[in-house]
Amino acid sequence: MRNKLYQLIALALSFISTALFAASDTHPDAYQLNLTKGVTDISQEVYDLHMTIFIICVVIGAGVFAVMLWSTIFHRKSRGVKPATFHESVKVEIAWTVAPFVILIFMAIPAAQTLIAMEDTTEADITVLVTGSQWKWHYKYMDDEVEFFSLMATQQEEIKNKFEKNPNYLLEVDRPLVIPTDKKVRFLITSDDVIHSWWVPAFAVKKDANPGFINEAWTKVNEPGIYRGQCAELCGKDHGFMPVVVIAKEPAEYEAWIAEQKEIQRLAKEEEQKLLAMNMDMAELMSVGERVYATACAACHMPNGEGLPGVFPALKGSDIALNDMQKHIDVVVNGIPGTAMQSYAKQLSLKEMAAVITYERNAWGNDTGETVQAKDVNALMNGN
Amino acid sequence: MTTATDELHHDDHHHDHKPSGIMRWLLTTNHKDISSLYLWFAFIMFLVGGAMAMVIRAELFQPGLQIVEPDFFNQMTTVHGLIMVFGAVMPAFTGLANWMVPLMIGAPDMALPRMNNWSFWILPFAFAILLSSLFMEGGGPNFGWTFYAPLSTTYSNDSTALFVFSVHIMGASSIMGAINVIVTILNMRAPGMTLMKMPLFVWTWLITAFLLIAVMPVLAGAVTMVLTDKYFGTSFFDAAGGGDPVMFQHIFWFFGHPEVYIMILPAFGIISQIVPTFSRKKLFGYASMVYATASIALLSFVVWAHHMFTTGMPLFGELFFMIATMLISVPTGVKVFNWVATMWRGAISFEMPMMFSLAFIVLFTIGGLSGLMLAITPVDFQYHDTYFVVAHFHYVLVTGAVFSIMAAAYYWLPKWTGKMYDTTLAQWHFWCSLISVNLLFFPMHFVGLAGMPRRIPDYALQFADFNKWISIGGFAFGLSQLIFLALLIKACRKQGEPVSDQVWEGAEGLEWEVPSPAPYHTFETPPVVK
Repeated sequence: MRNKLYQLIALALSFISTALFAASDTHPDAYQLNLTKGVTDISQEVYDLHMTIFIICVVIGAGVFAVMLWSTIFHRKSRGVKPATFHESVKVEIAWTVAPFVILIFMAIPAAQTLIAMEDTTEADITVLVTGSQWKWHYKYMDDEVEFFSLMATQQEEIKNKFEKNPNYLLEVDRPLVIPTDKKVRFLITSDDVIHSWWVPAFAVKKDANPGFINEAWTKVNEPGIYRGQCAELCGKDHGFMPVVVIAKEPAEYEAWIAEQKEIQRLAKEEEQKLLAMNMDMAELMSVGERVYATACAACHMPNGEGLPGVFPALKGSDIALNDMQKHIDVVVNGIPGTAMQSYAKQLSLKEMAAVITYERNAWGNDTGETVQAKDVNALMNGN
Repeated sequence: MTTATDELHHDDHHHDHKPSGIMRWLLTTNHKDISSLYLWFAFIMFLVGGAMAMVIRAELFQPGLQIVEPDFFNQMTTVHGLIMVFGAVMPAFTGLANWMVPLMIGAPDMALPRMNNWSFWILPFAFAILLSSLFMEGGGPNFGWTFYAPLSTTYSNDSTALFVFSVHIMGASSIMGAINVIVTILNMRAPGMTLMKMPLFVWTWLITAFLLIAVMPVLAGAVTMVLTDKYFGTSFFDAAGGGDPVMFQHIFWFFGHPEVYIMILPAFGIISQIVPTFSRKKLFGYASMVYATASIALLSFVVWAHHMFTTGMPLFGELFFMIATMLISVPTGVKVFNWVATMWRGAISFEMPMMFSLAFIVLFTIGGLSGLMLAITPVDFQYHDTYFVVAHFHYVLVTGAVFSIMAAAYYWLPKWTGKMYDTTLAQWHFWCSLISVNLLFFPMHFVGLAGMPRRIPDYALQFADFNKWISIGGFAFGLSQLIFLALLIKACRKQGEPVSDQVWEGAEGLEWEVPSPAPYHTFETPPVVK
């Protein structure tokens, strides 16, 4: 009997120690117990602060519980003890008021120092504008003409348990943010609709994205790598599906990457201009449109076009999707202010917008037979 | 302690002029009847809100979406929070105040009995409105119980007006309840009962009632601004019209932080009654407990923005709110130290109320210490909006507030029914609750630190193992409460051994001097407190 008990305790201890050991690894691990140490000086300081205060709390807690335990064992009525009659002691009461004060001061000083360092966003090497919207992030490099949206890349079939989940389930995006290591990167954080919160645990950066206001944060990453986080403020239906992925590259690699991105974005713009003179056929529009619909529209209007009654309107059988084509283009391009319908003018190319509008007018029994071309969208956007 | 004569009480029931059946309960102005209504209502709401928690835990049992859609998941987290705060914990405390404050201060009833009836009977309507909104097209509120703008204004669904009106009614009920408590305590104490002789439960409720009167109107203001922003074109929280979404959070948490003390101060009072009784020793520092309660209440008005460290406050604001929040741990520590010092060298016995109180002290302390960790701004950036926060506030609210309510029920139930409840069932209830509640909430600390955000219907694979255990703990805790239900039904049918007037060997105070069960009318002639 007693042996079994010892075995159980030994098992529990070995479980705890392996778990603690695993927690010191930077890679995610089932049964991670502790905060990540992260890969910046600040995140390391935050981790140290966390451990300091945690240990202080454990000591205080253990002290209180030990006294309680002692009383419940030795001062129990069933042992036949007579209760003491003492109460009120100014000395004791002053002591247990002042002692916590002193402990608090020792905790507040390093905390304040770290906080001051975290809020100092001056002298940044590069600046990235981070904009949240339902339910994606947009990154714009303020020093270079590069900008893009970053959407969750996990497939719906994985979420619906039809496919096996990959190791980065819900923590993977189509286009990660890329930043250089060893440089001070400043983030300007804002939102296009509701409040979001941009969080990368490995940098100890979490800052709310408030619509109409710009917040600042910064990081200086010490090690190249891929760092994953999530939106941390409830932002509606797909709040849980809005990951943040940041790749930190050596400065030289970063420079090469940003130059390449600039070139790609320049070519894409040229391609857009060429497209204006061309017509795509229905089959091509529908196939591109279906893909765009799945990433940009299906979250609200649902894959079957039926929306969520009372929350997001149906496109299947809707008046706009069946009749008023100009209004349809207008809604996609400009959005509807004061509602969850956002503007796609910057999120999608002309071709993609044309394709998705065509798709919406010809899918799920919406049989208008009409095609929309890039030049139609351009005409509405630029008035020619 | 008093000279109340027993003969007076024995013919009390001859004066009852109560209608029978449902009309007795609809029309009652008797504090004991109204209190029983409050307590049953709170318990039913606890089960309803708990059922929603079961939906949440079932969905989170495994990664992937299995049971509910994300939008409905958000409705469940929102309404679970609203029901547990406004429907379960607050009405339960108001119910306890209704039963016990008049008995503890030697008053015949609450000061404003008709308003007492009204403040209870509007509550079922408030929650009928809130719950019915779940069945509307588009569903019920889905923006979290904190209803941050603009998610709750521009981007919310059509049931928002119902949410606003139900919160208004809950607020009106709470304010009326608070006025009643204050007027009763300040005017109807038995001769000789000075303020500094009042039982601590009465003291903590007096301070709580002032907090309620101070902050419920602020909540009413916040929901009204949400209403006009959504339906009448104002821009309080819309930057495009010159407003500020973060201002909403300042207003909400100016209500919200005192609100959390509204839900814990009466708990402190309950524990301060029970620990001396079963330690057979006077409370160590009565005066310092009163002052600590008052300091916590005052400090609660200057710490609200510690819920908002990531919103982009100026550095000075962050430092101020960090230090103010850390200060609250001083008077809270005084309370815990006092309970422990009361037990020290007492003669402790372990009846049900004491078991729940001991669990309260240990588990509330854990919740309090994680609160201290959350106060440290730079580290809060990592903790904020993760399961670490969920673990923290469930430790202070479930193993804190809810356990104290259960302790109170087990302490005073024999006085209310005149019979000892089924102690075997009570033991089962306690141990099942204690084990499952820790399996439920303790691992939340770990997944929170490892980086799992709160309010998400699906999570990354590294959180899967702990979430499975958390859900199992959740189901077990939910089922354990059905034991309590069985116990309460048995108790209300007056099954069990009759108890003495004093009920517990070490109990002191006026409530133990009236007969068990407490007659319909008590203290029609005030006792005299020496």
